[in-house]
Amino acid sequence: MTIDTADGVEAVGVAPAADPGFLQRHGTTIEYILIPGAALVGALAVFGVFVALFGKNPLDLYFYMYQGAFGTWFSWQNTLTRAAPLILTALCTALPAQLGMVIIGGEGALLIGALAATGAALALPSMPPLVVQLAMVCAGMIGGGLWIMLSGGLRQYRGVNETISSLLLVYIALAILNHLVEGVMRDPASLNKPSTREIGAANMIGSIPGTDVHWGLVFGLIAAVASYILIYHTVFGFAARVAGGNIRAAKIVGLGVGKLIMTICFLAGASAGLAGMVEVAAVQGRTNANLAAGYGFTGILVAFLARQNPLAIIPVAVLLGGISASGGLLQRRLGLPDASVQVLQGIIFAFVLASDALYGRIGFLKGKS
Amino acid sequence: MADGTIGLWTVPLAVFGGAIRVSTPFLFVSLGECITERSGRINLGLEGTLVMGAMSAYGISYLTGSPWLGVLAAGLAGSLLGALHAGICSLPRVNDIAVGIALMLFGTGLAFYLGKPLIEPTAPRLPAIDFGWWSDIAQVRAALRINVLFLIGVVLAPVLYWAFRTTRWGLLIRTAGESSDAARAMGYSVLAIRLKATMVGGFLAGIGGSFLSLFYPGSWNEGLSSGQGITAVALVIFARWDPMLCLWASLAFGGAAALGPALQSVGITSGYYLFNAAPYILTLAIMIITCSPKRTLTGAPAELSITR
Repeated sequence: MTIDTADGVEAVGVAPAADPGFLQRHGTTIEYILIPGAALVGALAVFGVFVALFGKNPLDLYFYMYQGAFGTWFSWQNTLTRAAPLILTALCTALPAQLGMVIIGGEGALLIGALAATGAALALPSMPPLVVQLAMVCAGMIGGGLWIMLSGGLRQYRGVNETISSLLLVYIALAILNHLVEGVMRDPASLNKPSTREIGAANMIGSIPGTDVHWGLVFGLIAAVASYILIYHTVFGFAARVAGGNIRAAKIVGLGVGKLIMTICFLAGASAGLAGMVEVAAVQGRTNANLAAGYGFTGILVAFLARQNPLAIIPVAVLLGGISASGGLLQRRLGLPDASVQVLQGIIFAFVLASDALYGRIGFLKGKS
Repeated sequence: MADGTIGLWTVPLAVFGGAIRVSTPFLFVSLGECITERSGRINLGLEGTLVMGAMSAYGISYLTGSPWLGVLAAGLAGSLLGALHAGICSLPRVNDIAVGIALMLFGTGLAFYLGKPLIEPTAPRLPAIDFGWWSDIAQVRAALRINVLFLIGVVLAPVLYWAFRTTRWGLLIRTAGESSDAARAMGYSVLAIRLKATMVGGFLAGIGGSFLSLFYPGSWNEGLSSGQGITAVALVIFARWDPMLCLWASLAFGGAAALGPALQSVGITSGYYLFNAAPYILTLAIMIITCSPKRTLTGAPAELSITR
């Protein structure tokens, strides 16, 4: 979480030149790609050993994972459809991380955002679709935003640890969702799976032309780029990073830490709430317990793997979206349980965190500073 | 009363019985986490440990026919996850909270993966002691069927309280938690102390999980734990890192969690899901009331990252 990341991202596509100073000058950037990459490879290797213990061929595993994630146009579309909510929920962890806060309640904000968006759509029955969709976006973002702002406010004004409070709020959000979906918001026609009424086909946000990938992906890309600009190219973002680096220094130079925390937490929650809106308006068409599909939790992993950098979140979300998209194929072809994706995610997460110890220790990348 | 029906008394009775039944996992996880946190580290992964413990206990009990071997296996699985947590955390610059989140994912994923074939079969369950033999009323007898693990937990709390105060090990754990420099100056390895503390914590949390699958609700499925592990971690903060307070807090939480099913049993079904969320709401409310932004919590180990 240093300032080097800001100029580092531009160098991503640059091929290594023969320039002897290259490794030194871009050492930090290379580290940010090399170390998580190595962690990912290590995790895949361990997962290969794990499935080999159960008598499956690891090479088959890697082949089907690639096939299921990026092998065909169909699997690419599946991957991107899953990446869209992951980008948004990852921002819910990455934005507060700039302030040194660990928020893991994206799943709760997603559920509340979905509920709010559905409520908005059902409250505007005969409006033109564009109005309804705008209202859904606003409702979803405000709902999710307030939900995470609650965690931020509790941290700032009551000293309640935000990690635990945001996680508790996930379970509370799920209870509220179940309560409303089985109660006042229930569609009497939904017998087996209690759900709200459908928001209507006209109000669905649909797919990007020429693909089956819904517009939520564009929402995610916009949110990620906007967050990047906010964090690295505005005074507000600079202030946030100062406060994240040293809270006392921030107070000494007169930054309003409370306001920073509340705003960032609102934006973070709004992002996850938007993910909920997208899942309703592009995939489910209604709100029910299906929405608690774990996107919020995978988003935490995406944020950590991307080292909390909003732009890096995009490729990482695609990668993790690909892993979860390949789960179905692994189940059908290799007979692996559906939880294998979760096991792999856990292993990746552990490797990525352990790899934190490597930064600044790779000899040939050390700068002369 | 004579006809054996007790009307609305069912509710407090069911809450009482539920408090004892439901609190046991809370009790074991919170006592385990208490040991880990006293040594200066927080293990948020106990949610995963709990589920992993539940799965291992059920599997071993099914394979061997002995539920007590299942309990032991659950404890061992828990301490392995604890060792993994401590191992990753002992690397420089690794955030223990984040490792906990990773192990939460990993533990639940692994348990679901390995536990897939265990959803169908029935494993031998843990026995209960019938303390309600004197009563003719079925509900009273049901409420007083108490599992041995609960009694072990009840004994463990004062033992830990005493051990923290007076034994050499208790002092070492507290020293590591209050000032790693002091522990190092005395010639002890802080990392080794925390490794052991996290493993013991994982052992207890695993046993808490075995209670879920082997006694109440008493089967293995993927919806077995819904945040009890994480609630128990929050409960330790509320209990001010005091094992005795962990016991009382666990009982209160168990009672809160039993409220929803108890009300449902007398026909009050509206708000069922909200009552089910009572433990989480209660945890949050208590944290809001007891925390303060101006001072660190009394009793908090100084090395603990979560209270800074």
